[in-house]
Amino acid sequence: MATAAAEIRRAEPVVIEKGIGPKITRVLSRAPVHLILVLIGLFWLIPTTGLFITSLLTPSDAAQGGWWNFFVKPSTWTLENYRDMFDNEGIVDALIVTAQVTLGATILPILVASLAAYALAWIEFPGRDWLFLIVVGLLLVPIQMALIPIFSLYNTFNLFDSIPGLILFHTAFALPFAIFLLRNFFAGIPKDLMEAARIDGASEFLLFFKVILPLGLPAIASLAIFQVLFVWNDLLIGLVLAQNNQPIAPHLASQLRQFGSNLDVLAPASFFSAVVPLIIFAAFQRYFVQGLLAGSVK
Amino acid sequence: MSSTSVRAEFPLEEGTPPAPESPRWRGLGTPLVFLAPAIFFLVIWMVYPTLRTMLRSLYSDDGDRFVWLENYERLFRDDRLLTAIKNNAFWVLLIPAAVTAVGLIFAVLVERVRWSVAFKIAVFMPLAVSLFAVGVIWRIMYQQDPERGAINAAISGAKGFVQETGVLSTAKPSSDALEGTPKGGLTLKDAIRPGAVATLGLTAVSAGEIPEDAKEAVQPEPLQGGISGVVWRDFKPGGGTPGEVEAEEVGLPGVTVELRDAAGKKIDSTTSEDDGTFRFEDVGDGEYRVAIGASTFAQPFRGVNWLGDKLITPAIMFAYIWVTAGFAMVIIGAGLAAIPRDVLEAARTDGGSEWQVFRRVTVPLLGPVLTVVFVTQIIGVLKIFDLVVAIAPGSSQDDAATLAFVMWQRAFSGQNLFGLGAAISTFLLVLFIPFLVFQIKRFRTETA
Repeated sequence: MATAAAEIRRAEPVVIEKGIGPKITRVLSRAPVHLILVLIGLFWLIPTTGLFITSLLTPSDAAQGGWWNFFVKPSTWTLENYRDMFDNEGIVDALIVTAQVTLGATILPILVASLAAYALAWIEFPGRDWLFLIVVGLLLVPIQMALIPIFSLYNTFNLFDSIPGLILFHTAFALPFAIFLLRNFFAGIPKDLMEAARIDGASEFLLFFKVILPLGLPAIASLAIFQVLFVWNDLLIGLVLAQNNQPIAPHLASQLRQFGSNLDVLAPASFFSAVVPLIIFAAFQRYFVQGLLAGSVK
Repeated sequence: MSSTSVRAEFPLEEGTPPAPESPRWRGLGTPLVFLAPAIFFLVIWMVYPTLRTMLRSLYSDDGDRFVWLENYERLFRDDRLLTAIKNNAFWVLLIPAAVTAVGLIFAVLVERVRWSVAFKIAVFMPLAVSLFAVGVIWRIMYQQDPERGAINAAISGAKGFVQETGVLSTAKPSSDALEGTPKGGLTLKDAIRPGAVATLGLTAVSAGEIPEDAKEAVQPEPLQGGISGVVWRDFKPGGGTPGEVEAEEVGLPGVTVELRDAAGKKIDSTTSEDDGTFRFEDVGDGEYRVAIGASTFAQPFRGVNWLGDKLITPAIMFAYIWVTAGFAMVIIGAGLAAIPRDVLEAARTDGGSEWQVFRRVTVPLLGPVLTVVFVTQIIGVLKIFDLVVAIAPGSSQDDAATLAFVMWQRAFSGQNLFGLGAAISTFLLVLFIPFLVFQIKRFRTETA
């Protein structure tokens, strides 16, 4: 009904605003919106800026007053904390572990999930829809449900405190979302393409590698970004399943007790550990948003 | 969306050479190869542990004794665990709605400006940072000392415009001639008439608060038809007599002295001189009281204790909204972009105000998207863990605790209470069930 009204109105002659007068009025009437958004935007940037500046201050400068004094007296900054960070074996090792776990726990689930997603999307077999439903249901199993049994299992199989142990755990918990996302994406691949290939006698494996994977690349890319961010940023899994080989977030968590006194260690390490995901996010923002939309709005 | 029916016309057997196995085996063989790795992972790391945890929750912490539901009883008896349940309830009741509302507002506002991308990046960025780093970020923001914590610095700055720190923040009356408390102002107990002298003695004045130009206090002369007096530090090395102005005792300059009528209403005020004296001239006949206003004793702002036991949960919640608003904004923004322009145009040309259009057209059309954001947030909020670890200092951890946090704390931070931990996990899983149903229903209607 509303649309019909629009049609009718549209038939009426439209008065086109001319001249500078209405333009100014329009800009002015929007000024509050601009102002509010600028203030909100700044407010959103302040906390991260605070961490960054704190990471550039020596302990004595940081003790002198708030990090915002930096704007009055910018000469105080130094990279000393970062130099110390790279001399700190614990932190460097934790960063290396984080990188290794992230790499493994991104590639492995994508591989496993795309195989499964292909079968769920394009191969006919009994119980297929049920299987997919179970996968969707597993999406909601909280990590907490697995921690205690996996902790004892890892102790038995010598996987506790190991990089493979962390990779395998992350892989399993990445699968439900990965399979869900990829199956839906693969299912959208044109039927004609698949059928033509099948009639030509292509095997399922050939189809998977030559048709599905190349066409599924955008979905795989968003998945990869999600997974990198998730694994890199994880705290809980590393805290429970590792001890001396912890990734960066759990490693730093153990230093929180002396928050005030070791801010010169915590701030640069936290900021540095945030830089990697930020770069990835900035570089692949488009895929990230696409994945987000596919995962929750679809 | 599903192409099941169409593909059924091209059964797998077609085009593949006849194989020796039975058709059923052939039908399952290929998918099994594709699915086996996923099934391996899902069974060992998700399905088995889930069942194992449920079972484990019925055993004692060391796993030797079957205790039936005892661990669940502990969950609802222990005060600290109840705090966690209560906190989780607050999280679920407040935060998903708040995040959805903030995301909606941002999405609607940002649509109106050309530089929306810059705004979106600023708001969206925290989502890429680990929640742990976000915790460190906000812990720096929340520091109590206004010289270090930005939030308290901002409050202190804002307060500075309204209320300045008094000249004397620690002073107390030197004798019982003065009544009241520094917080409400100190009043001379006895009413006086014009011609009298008011002596307002104070002690516990810190040396730093005595101005450099302060002079030795003088007992003022009575004033004809007026009231004179002195505010001074009623203390000298060696003690001195309380209530008497003596040599070596210093006058307190800059103190605001009020003259009140018998009913306590302020009629005049003045400021003391360098020697602490003050005078109200041309005062009509009657009874008066002399007082030192509360503003003189205003304490400097010491900072809100955001990380203390009272405010820690709201503080963590705020940080969480800061992180997730970008997520809500982007999802809702996409929903907004999908609304046909002409529907909104029509509503506007029909004479709807911006608010009416928003309330009656935009929000209802966004309904499904808002629901998705809301439900996603409930699921996220139920699992909240990292921010509690990173923001709450040890002293207020118990007040900030959530279910996910106590699960880790009881089972893994050295306590090894595996029975209880398993019960908390299972309880958490039960809380997820309604959303599980929601998710599956949504998925079914989509594929149908």
